[in-house]
Amino acid sequence: MNIVVVGCGKIGGAIVASLVEEGHNVIAVDNDPKVLSDIENIYDVMTVCGSGTDCDVLRDAGIEETELLVAVTSSDELNMLSCFISKKMGAKHTIARIRKPEYNMRGLGFLKEQLDISLVLNPELLAAHEIYNIIKFPSAVKIETFSRRSFEIMEIIIREDSPLVDTRLADIRNKFKAKFLVCDVQRGDEVCIPDGNFILRAGDRIGITTPPAETAKMTKALGLDRKQAKNIMLVGGSRIAYYLARVLGDSGHRVKILEKDPRRCDELSELLPRAVIINGDGASQEVLTEEGLGSTDAFVALTGMDEENILISILAASRSVKTVIAKINRSELAEMARNLGLECVISPKETVSSILSQYARALENSMGSNVETLYKIMDGKAEVLEFNVSNDFGYGRIPLSELKIKENILVAGIFRNGSSVLPTGSDCIMPGDRVIVVTAGHRLNDLSDMFR
Amino acid sequence: MNRRMILFRVGQILVLESAMLILPLIVSLIYREWVELLAFSLTIIISALLGLIPVILLKPKNKVIFAQEGFSTVSFAWIMLSLMGAVPFTISGQIPNYIDAVFETVSGFTTTGATILNDVETVSHSMLFWRSFTHWIGGMGILVLVMAIAPSGGGRSIHILRAEMAGPVIGKLVPKIKNTAKILYIIYFALTVAEMIFLLCGGMPVFDSVIHSLGTAGTGGFGIRADSIGSYSPYIQWVITAFMFIFSLNFNLFYLILIKKIVPVIKNRELWVYTVIVFLSTAIVGYSVYPIYGNVHDTVRHSMFQVVSISSTTGFSSADFDLWPPLAKAVLFILMFLGGCAGSTAGGLKISRLMLMAKMVRRDICTLLHPRSVAAIKVDGKPVDKTVLQSVSVYFMIYIIFIATVFLIISFDSMNFETNISAAAACCNNVGPGFSKVGPMCSFSGYSYLSKIVLSAAMLFGRLEIYPMLLACNIRLWFRMPKALSGKK
Repeated sequence: MNIVVVGCGKIGGAIVASLVEEGHNVIAVDNDPKVLSDIENIYDVMTVCGSGTDCDVLRDAGIEETELLVAVTSSDELNMLSCFISKKMGAKHTIARIRKPEYNMRGLGFLKEQLDISLVLNPELLAAHEIYNIIKFPSAVKIETFSRRSFEIMEIIIREDSPLVDTRLADIRNKFKAKFLVCDVQRGDEVCIPDGNFILRAGDRIGITTPPAETAKMTKALGLDRKQAKNIMLVGGSRIAYYLARVLGDSGHRVKILEKDPRRCDELSELLPRAVIINGDGASQEVLTEEGLGSTDAFVALTGMDEENILISILAASRSVKTVIAKINRSELAEMARNLGLECVISPKETVSSILSQYARALENSMGSNVETLYKIMDGKAEVLEFNVSNDFGYGRIPLSELKIKENILVAGIFRNGSSVLPTGSDCIMPGDRVIVVTAGHRLNDLSDMFR
Repeated sequence: MNRRMILFRVGQILVLESAMLILPLIVSLIYREWVELLAFSLTIIISALLGLIPVILLKPKNKVIFAQEGFSTVSFAWIMLSLMGAVPFTISGQIPNYIDAVFETVSGFTTTGATILNDVETVSHSMLFWRSFTHWIGGMGILVLVMAIAPSGGGRSIHILRAEMAGPVIGKLVPKIKNTAKILYIIYFALTVAEMIFLLCGGMPVFDSVIHSLGTAGTGGFGIRADSIGSYSPYIQWVITAFMFIFSLNFNLFYLILIKKIVPVIKNRELWVYTVIVFLSTAIVGYSVYPIYGNVHDTVRHSMFQVVSISSTTGFSSADFDLWPPLAKAVLFILMFLGGCAGSTAGGLKISRLMLMAKMVRRDICTLLHPRSVAAIKVDGKPVDKTVLQSVSVYFMIYIIFIATVFLIISFDSMNFETNISAAAACCNNVGPGFSKVGPMCSFSGYSYLSKIVLSAAMLFGRLEIYPMLLACNIRLWFRMPKALSGKK
């Protein structure tokens, strides 16, 4: 698929990387020849130097034969205009990054419709929602919902005292009397899809799926904490902090925001009447202690500096704050932070690029492949795919235990007649089902790809 | 440095070469040349074995390559390719001396067309075919071919494309490097076949037309007759003239025509400058040689043929231009340095570099007159990056030093001045024939082994535009490397 990416900054670069990884024909457009030559040296893309609102530049980028245009420059207005022009010039779909809160309020639907934009990206809002999901359920590192919220994968880290330590996966059903499925395990850097003989160890990061009705039972059985966080402290009054404080405030949490810049504090206090805004340096230990770091339930580091976020998160973790979340933009730093013991790391860049590769695959599927939706989990090392089973599916009505499925692939959920089934070896895939498949290291385009 | 990846790529090249050698093997079967058949089969086995060792044993885990690795891969691959390609000549006894055979093969792969054979008409068919086939492989570049057919080696392979393709700026035609390489080769192949058909229509024998098409496509210049193209009909000479011109144009233009974007092709400045240079030179050469031929048609045909042949760095000849007056020879000598357009199979400095240099000169003169003036240098309406301008001027400097060095070393042999300077120019620019004792009807066999080795190296330097080979000469790059980067974790 031909994809034009306008603007190759932090977010644009990450998008280009993930789209190239997916095998698309990517054409990168940017004003700065230096940025472009860097991109061209690293990724297999074509580059065009110029403005994304210039017709000639867009024509050079082959806009007439483009399926998708992604405008992610730092200016919202430029992105919108670029989408509008390219749509008129023949691009089939357009995606714009629009992140100013004033556009994201009520007018967004109107703008989207009038400019004919297919998808609006707001990395900060997406990151805020991701953080909100974690705060809502403190034991999980991450929660991903699929298939219109009918299916969830919760990532947790197995602690020393967890009942899961040294358990063989095949024994889980007997041991816990709760229905759930371990669909992926990350040990060290390796991600795998475990089989029945896999034995869990302390320190493993696992993804668990369970039907919504069984969630409560499962958390109880595993001894996971379900107590809601009450006091939440945000350091850094960025856009993410604003969006996050809004959703948290709406759901009754007590939010405190620390921000260095007094003018930004004024703005925030106008915008967020319910939150407590503190004008102070969040990096200073004194300020943090004074503002009650010890009594907060969740701590989110959102300053513009990755390093600062890591350090103050480590501090918060050492003061036994239950949930500590750090926003880290550079992926190599994110890995380091994890090695230092920070479990929850949010990267807006990665969130956006994974959404884009999902969108691109969905577009492609309307042109041939059968993937209904696609999500990346475990930092992109594993994928969750949703397939519709067609009537000519050749492996129907055969129990899963008798199908020869490739290694590192798991059927994690089957939806039939509006209800979800947690599959066991005796279940079969029937035509008309929707099937959720978890995979690591394979690229599936069709359900039948998963068989040997 | 990722040495495993370099060895892996070079291994791939050797395997590919052994596959390529099957074609001359078939030719030797057709003409029942049994000694050659043996020579080719032996080489195929040796080359395949040598290549398969790194390909199978050294599957590199870390596929990331940087500019260093790109340059080293290209130079190392070309050296191995030439050393291996020379083996059949020696085994079959057609060129018994291995150094001579290497000279001939390097001359083939670098599309130079300089030969050490004194009597080309006694060489067997299959060897002649292999000699010309090396032109075809070397013209577009063997690593580009590998990229077109092998599974994608990641985004950074652009470094390899840059090192192997000629010209100041290398752009892609389409986003994916693999597809770009494929498109280039498809155009290349189609044009070669087209020429073959035109030649066949002119009554040229099948074998001859294949040989000459391969030689023209790579802008090489190995012929099969002592007088090169001279004894063929005027129609054939015109066809070859036309195709020599076509193959020295930027291949991007053919792609643009293919996707029906004619306007940028017509507006391409390099094309126009090149065309004007060719016609102007033809006029001067024609004026100079008119007294020899006495009629307009012969004069135009011969002068145009020679001008296009030299400026496209092919090196075919329809007449012994060594006997021409000094004025004609001067024009041809200057044309040797100009070369064809960037992104073609031609050698030399390339017209686009010349254009940039001319514009820089104009800008600098303007700055002398108006010290505060600011002027951007533009090509085809787009401003040219400062780093490109700088690299063009630095390249020109290195290029001059390089030719001077080669000229100096080969002058130790007891040849005359004209021979030496034209031999250095012809080899460094991948043209082929020079003047006097290395003229179109003579050969390089008179030079000593040292000079032949130096000239072989010069051809490789010239073909890869100096830098890759220069980097490969940097021994520190190969031996003193930190362990952490060598690919073993």
